[in-house]
Amino acid sequence: MRILAALFPLLLFVAAPAQAEPQDFPEKLDIGISTDEIAITSDFRGADLTIFGAIDGFNANLLAQGKYNIVVALEGPKESSTVRKKQRIFGIWINTSSMTFELVPESYSLSSTRDIETIAPPDQMNNMGIGVNHMPLTPVGYIGDGSSVGEFRDAFRRLREATGVYQRDPGGVQFISSSLFKASVRLPADVPNGVHVVRAYLFREGVFVAAKALPLRVVKTGLEEAITQAAHKRPFLYGIVAVLLALVTGWVASVVFRRD
Amino acid sequence: MTIYLPIAELSVNILIILGMGAAVGFLSGMFGVGGGFLITPLLIFYNIPPVVAVATGANQVVASSISGAITHFRRGTIDIKLGTVLLCGGLAGATVGIWLFALLRRLGQLDLVISLAYVLLLGTVGSLMLWESINALRRAARNEQVQLKRPGHHNWVHRLPLKMRFKKSKIYLSVIPVAALGFCIGVLTSVMGVGGGFIMVPAMIYLLRIPTNVVVGTSLFQIIFVSAYTVIVQATANYTVDIVLAFVLMVAGVVGAQYGVRVGQRLRGEQLRALLALLVLAVGIRLAVELVIPPKEIYSVVSAGLGY
Repeated sequence: MRILAALFPLLLFVAAPAQAEPQDFPEKLDIGISTDEIAITSDFRGADLTIFGAIDGFNANLLAQGKYNIVVALEGPKESSTVRKKQRIFGIWINTSSMTFELVPESYSLSSTRDIETIAPPDQMNNMGIGVNHMPLTPVGYIGDGSSVGEFRDAFRRLREATGVYQRDPGGVQFISSSLFKASVRLPADVPNGVHVVRAYLFREGVFVAAKALPLRVVKTGLEEAITQAAHKRPFLYGIVAVLLALVTGWVASVVFRRD
Repeated sequence: MTIYLPIAELSVNILIILGMGAAVGFLSGMFGVGGGFLITPLLIFYNIPPVVAVATGANQVVASSISGAITHFRRGTIDIKLGTVLLCGGLAGATVGIWLFALLRRLGQLDLVISLAYVLLLGTVGSLMLWESINALRRAARNEQVQLKRPGHHNWVHRLPLKMRFKKSKIYLSVIPVAALGFCIGVLTSVMGVGGGFIMVPAMIYLLRIPTNVVVGTSLFQIIFVSAYTVIVQATANYTVDIVLAFVLMVAGVVGAQYGVRVGQRLRGEQLRALLALLVLAVGIRLAVELVIPPKEIYSVVSAGLGY
């Protein structure tokens, strides 16, 4: 029962894009990952994921001409993000304005058969929200006359790419036989915990024909998980333990190194 | 070699953290300070979110102050009564500080206020200490006798009401300035993650005219309780105490401190104070430069989780 309850939100995740899938194309997309769970251990330094997939019902002619393109994205859990801008006031740099974007992925790794700007027209990518430059960034709250939305969006994308939590690899998807492909995506070292989604999209001559999504859970394990749980579920006790740990460490040191 | 910090939610190089802890421990042992004013900025320079750095810094202060406090307790150089009055002010200050901390975090100005407070505090204290110790060094070079200020000389502090007798310190003093000093230090502890010894000790000696022999022990007594309280409240209200980070810092810190104490014993008091003043000023200037020079990136991104 608990497993079912845990899987339920995952099923929703998977089901959502499938509804948007167009029905009038013969091609279907299938993907698989070796694991549906990534464990963060104390020596976690990021992880490379390989996703295998196949195109069903393809047109052999078009495939041979390289008219099929595949985009695979690994999207992290979504959170609201605030971009702040500094200005010089009385000689010091102060955060003066900010903009909050609702529910943007905390991490995003994109892999494709070639540069996604050459796969489909920008409008199409904007509609589907594929790629760092096309994902929806909706400001919340008061934004004035809206003239600054562009600069905050650009700053958001640039910063997320600079810190490596958003990345793209044109050429990361490779065909290993006529219709079988593999894609590599990367989880950064400071990956957010929670449910990530692997989304794969198939394009034929610039037209979107099929999509598939799979959930991937990123969880802390062992000690890391226990500590996080304790810090959030029993914060008062956790604080007391932190203080006791400090007292004992300081006391032990004073006994061990005692010289008088 | 990396280690994952569960609360800061990032992987760091454990050797760098150990090195930081040992270096700060060494300096704190050498100069007899808690080291909170060094560890918190260092953690922020190393990309630990300021919210985690401040709360975890307070935890490190508890560990680095306890062995000193035990020594002073054995020697009987703690004025518990005076310490308790300081502590009452300190707990009130820490409570206000934590509220202020949460408010600034919501407004997006926490990092600015932390940096400004550090610049002001370290700049002032560092300059005063440097001035005092250079004068002392020059007097020592000319073989002059150091003039001791007469403790009988009273200032405005001694005209305040609500006087209380502190037997161990052999003074008769109003509780108002004592509690007020404790309050200010309490605010600093919870907003900046410092113990505050480097301000409290001079204030107790020069402003309150408390005898030097009980000053250090009594300030450590206050620091331990206020820091411990800050850690517990930060953990409860903001979930920002990273116990893994704190433990690595503590272990390296207490070991480093032992070597620092040995080096410190070979130096003369005024030399030590001059060096500490230079160190305090250097950290202050480093933070000031950061505020004044045009940043490489004028934008910053925080997400709903651990941002500030």
